[in-house]
Amino acid sequence: MSMNPFCEIALEEALRIKEAGFAKEVIAVSIGPSQCVDTLRTGLAMGADRGIHVETNSIFLPLTIAKILKSLADVENPGLIFLGKQAIDDDCNQTGQMVAALLGWPQATFASKVVLDKDKNVATVDREVDGGLETLNVDLPAVITTDLRLNQPRYASLPNIMKAKSKPIKKMTVQDLKVDIKSDIEILEVTEPPKRKSGVMVSSVDELIDKLKNEAHVV
Amino acid sequence: MHRFLVKLSSSSSPFSNQLRSLKNQRLILPLLPSSKPFTSSSVSPPPSPLNASNRFGYPYSADLFRNLSPLNPNSRILGVNGITSSRCISSEAVRESIEYDVLIVGAGPAGLSAAIRLKQLSQEKNIDLSVCVVEKGAEVGGHIISGNVFEPLALDELLPHWRQEHAPIEIPASSDKFWFLTKDRAFSLPSPFDNKGNYVISLSQLVRWLGGKAEELGTEIYPGFSASEVLFDASDKVVGIATKDMGISKDGSKKENFQPGVDIKGRVTLFAEGCRGSLSERIIKKYKLREEVNAQHQTYALGIKEVWEIDESKHNPGEVIHTLGWPLDPKTYGGSFLYHMNDRQVALGLVVALNYHNPFLNPYEEFQKLKHHPAIKGILEGGTVLQYGARTLNEGGFQSIPYPVFPGGAIIGCSAGFLNVPKIKGTHTAMKSGMLAAEAAFGALHEGLNMNTYWDNLRDSWVWKELYAARNYRPAFEYGLLPGLAISAMEHYVLKGKVPFTLKHGKADHEATDLARKWTPIVYPKPDGVLSFDVPTSLYRSNTNHDHDQPSHLRLRDPKIPEKVNFPEYAAPESRYCPARVYE
Repeated sequence: MSMNPFCEIALEEALRIKEAGFAKEVIAVSIGPSQCVDTLRTGLAMGADRGIHVETNSIFLPLTIAKILKSLADVENPGLIFLGKQAIDDDCNQTGQMVAALLGWPQATFASKVVLDKDKNVATVDREVDGGLETLNVDLPAVITTDLRLNQPRYASLPNIMKAKSKPIKKMTVQDLKVDIKSDIEILEVTEPPKRKSGVMVSSVDELIDKLKNEAHVV
Repeated sequence: MHRFLVKLSSSSSPFSNQLRSLKNQRLILPLLPSSKPFTSSSVSPPPSPLNASNRFGYPYSADLFRNLSPLNPNSRILGVNGITSSRCISSEAVRESIEYDVLIVGAGPAGLSAAIRLKQLSQEKNIDLSVCVVEKGAEVGGHIISGNVFEPLALDELLPHWRQEHAPIEIPASSDKFWFLTKDRAFSLPSPFDNKGNYVISLSQLVRWLGGKAEELGTEIYPGFSASEVLFDASDKVVGIATKDMGISKDGSKKENFQPGVDIKGRVTLFAEGCRGSLSERIIKKYKLREEVNAQHQTYALGIKEVWEIDESKHNPGEVIHTLGWPLDPKTYGGSFLYHMNDRQVALGLVVALNYHNPFLNPYEEFQKLKHHPAIKGILEGGTVLQYGARTLNEGGFQSIPYPVFPGGAIIGCSAGFLNVPKIKGTHTAMKSGMLAAEAAFGALHEGLNMNTYWDNLRDSWVWKELYAARNYRPAFEYGLLPGLAISAMEHYVLKGKVPFTLKHGKADHEATDLARKWTPIVYPKPDGVLSFDVPTSLYRSNTNHDHDQPSHLRLRDPKIPEKVNFPEYAAPESRYCPARVYE
C-alpha cells in the first residue's frame, strides 16, 4: 500500500512548518484496515512524531471520515489540519471541506503556497482555481487541503525508517470516538468506461459523408 | 531545508562514547527568530558559528564535527564503471553508516531463506544475530517473476510446517503435457518432466510469504532501497554496500528532495540479487571467482510472461504444459510454458536462449506469435490479460558455477547460478544455497569457522548432485534441435548424467549474434489487440512506474558503439531484444 500522493504533500508541508519552528508536533492519522499501519510508518519515517490509526474494515465515505477527524481534532486540539485535496481512489475532494464545516473552522483548499504568520495567527494561502491563483488569509486554527504544486515530498531515508519503528502509533476504534458511522450514501456499482471502438476505413469521400450522415448522425 | 547528519555506528571506537551521548538527542539547528513571515521556500541556511559546512551547503554543528572521525579514510568503493576511487570523507557529506552481523542483498527466495535460516540458528543456539535484507523493489515480491512450478524440497527443510502456515502453495501439479509445435499443429510427446509432488504457484506471492516469515523471526527487511556500490576495507575485504542516492534529476543535479544513500555494513555480506546481479557480477570479476574453479562463462535466456484470466470451461488447475519448436527455429534454443494456477488464472510464457544467431529475432514478437498458435489460442480465447513481465534466467548450470565465496561474504541463488535447466527450476536450489550460506555464515561468526564451508557443503548437497546430473542437457543443443532432443532423451532415460565427460557451452551469448547481412529481417504480424499486443500496452500491464526526472538507468561505457557497431553490423538488435523497449 502506498500513501495517497496528495496526502504525502500535506505531510511534507506539515513537516516543513515544524522544522521552521512554527509547530511542536506533527501527528499522522489514518482510517482504515490494518495495512494503514504501513502508510503511517512511512509517514513517521518522513518525520511525523506520532501516528493514530482508527482501525476499521468498512469502507467509509467522506462525511464519516470527516466526522472521525472532527472527533480526533476535539481531542488533540491541533492548530492546523492538513489534508490532501482528494484521494486518488474515489476522487471525491470532499473530506477537507467537510472537516472544516463540522469544526466551524476556516478552510483554504487546493493550496499551492502556504505562508504562516504566527504573530497575527493567520495563514496566507495561494489557491489554484480555474481562473488562476487566489490568495486567501485564513485565521488559525484552519483546515488546508494541498494541491500538487505545493511541494516535493521528501524520501524517507533508511535511518529514519529504522527510527520510525519505535515511534508510537495509537490504535483507536470508531466506538472510542463516539462517531455515528451510518452513511446516507450507498455505492451501487462501479463500471469501466465503454471500450473505444476501433475505427472504420472508408474508401471515398462520399462513403464518409454517407456514414457521418446516416450512421453517426452528426451531419 | 535543514539537515543534520549524525554518524550512527554501534561499533566500539574511541569516539563512540562521545557519540553515544549525542546519538539519542535531537539535534536542532536553532533558527534565528524573526518577525518576518516564514515561507518554506525562502529558507536559507543560517551562518553557523565556525562556518563548517560541506559543499552542499548543509551546515554542521561545529562541536559535532570535531567529534566525528572520518568514516574510514582508506575505505574504497568499487564504483559503477569499475574505477576504484579513494574516498576522503571530510570533503563530502558524511554518509550515515548502519551495521549488522549479516547483510543480505535481495529479498528473493535465496536471500529470504538465508535470513530465515540465520534467525532459526540464532534462536536454537541462543545467540543474537542482527540480520538486514535490502530489496530494490518497492515491496518484497515486487521484483520477482517466474513460471512457476515449485518443488518444495528446500522449503520442507527450511519450514517443515509450511502446509499449516497458510503458505500460498495450494495447487498441486496435476498433469505434465509436452508438445512439439509446428506452425499449425501440436504433437504430443512423452514428457521429460515429472512434476508429481510439485505445485503451480506465483513466486511473488511465495516470496511475500517468506518475507513475512523472516520478519516474524526478527529480520529487518527494507524494500525500496537498492544497493548501488560494494564497500571494501583497506584489505580489500567486502564490508557492506551503499544504497543509491535518491532525488537526483535527469541531468545529475540534486533535486529538492535529495537524500544521500547510506552505508550498510555487515560482518558477512550475502549477495542474492538474482540472475546477473549487478554487484555480484562485479564481485565475480574482481575476485576472479570463475577462474578459481575453472568455471565457464554464464549463459542466459530471456523469459517473457503474461498472466491471463481465462474461461472457466478451459481452466484446469494444476495442468502443466511445456512446448518446444515453433515459433523458434531449430537453431534457437527455447520453448514455452503454460501453467494453470487458481482463480481461473494461467501463467503463459516464452523462454528464448540469448545465444540466438539471427540479429533480427525479436523475443517479444515471438511470444506474441506463440499466442496465435491454435493449441494456445484455444486456451486463451475469451480471456483477459492481467499482467506482463520479463526476466533473464541462467542457463549455464553446473559448468558455469563460480567459486561463490569471497573475502567478507558469499553469493547465493541465481547470482551464482543454480538453476536446473532441463527441469527449468531454480527456486528450490536457490533456497538451499541460501540456507547453506546462512549455516556457513553462522559458523564463521560464532564458531570461528570459515565461509568456505559454504562451498564444501554445497558440493556435498543435493543441489550439486542435481546440477551435475543435469549438466549435459543444454550444451547438447549446440549441435541443433534434433541432436539436442536425441541426446536429452538419452540422458533422461538412460545416462542420467553418469557419463565421464562434461559438454562445454558454446560461445558466450553476445558472441553468438551473427552479422545482419547474413540474415533477412523477420516480418512480424501486427498485434491484434486481443491475443497479441504492442509493447506500450504490455508495459502498462507490467505495473512499472518510474519518475521521469531521474538519471537514465543505463549508462554506456562508449556511447559511440551503437552508431559504429550495433547499427551498421547488426542492424541495431537492441531495438528488438529488449521486452520493454528501453533502447530507443
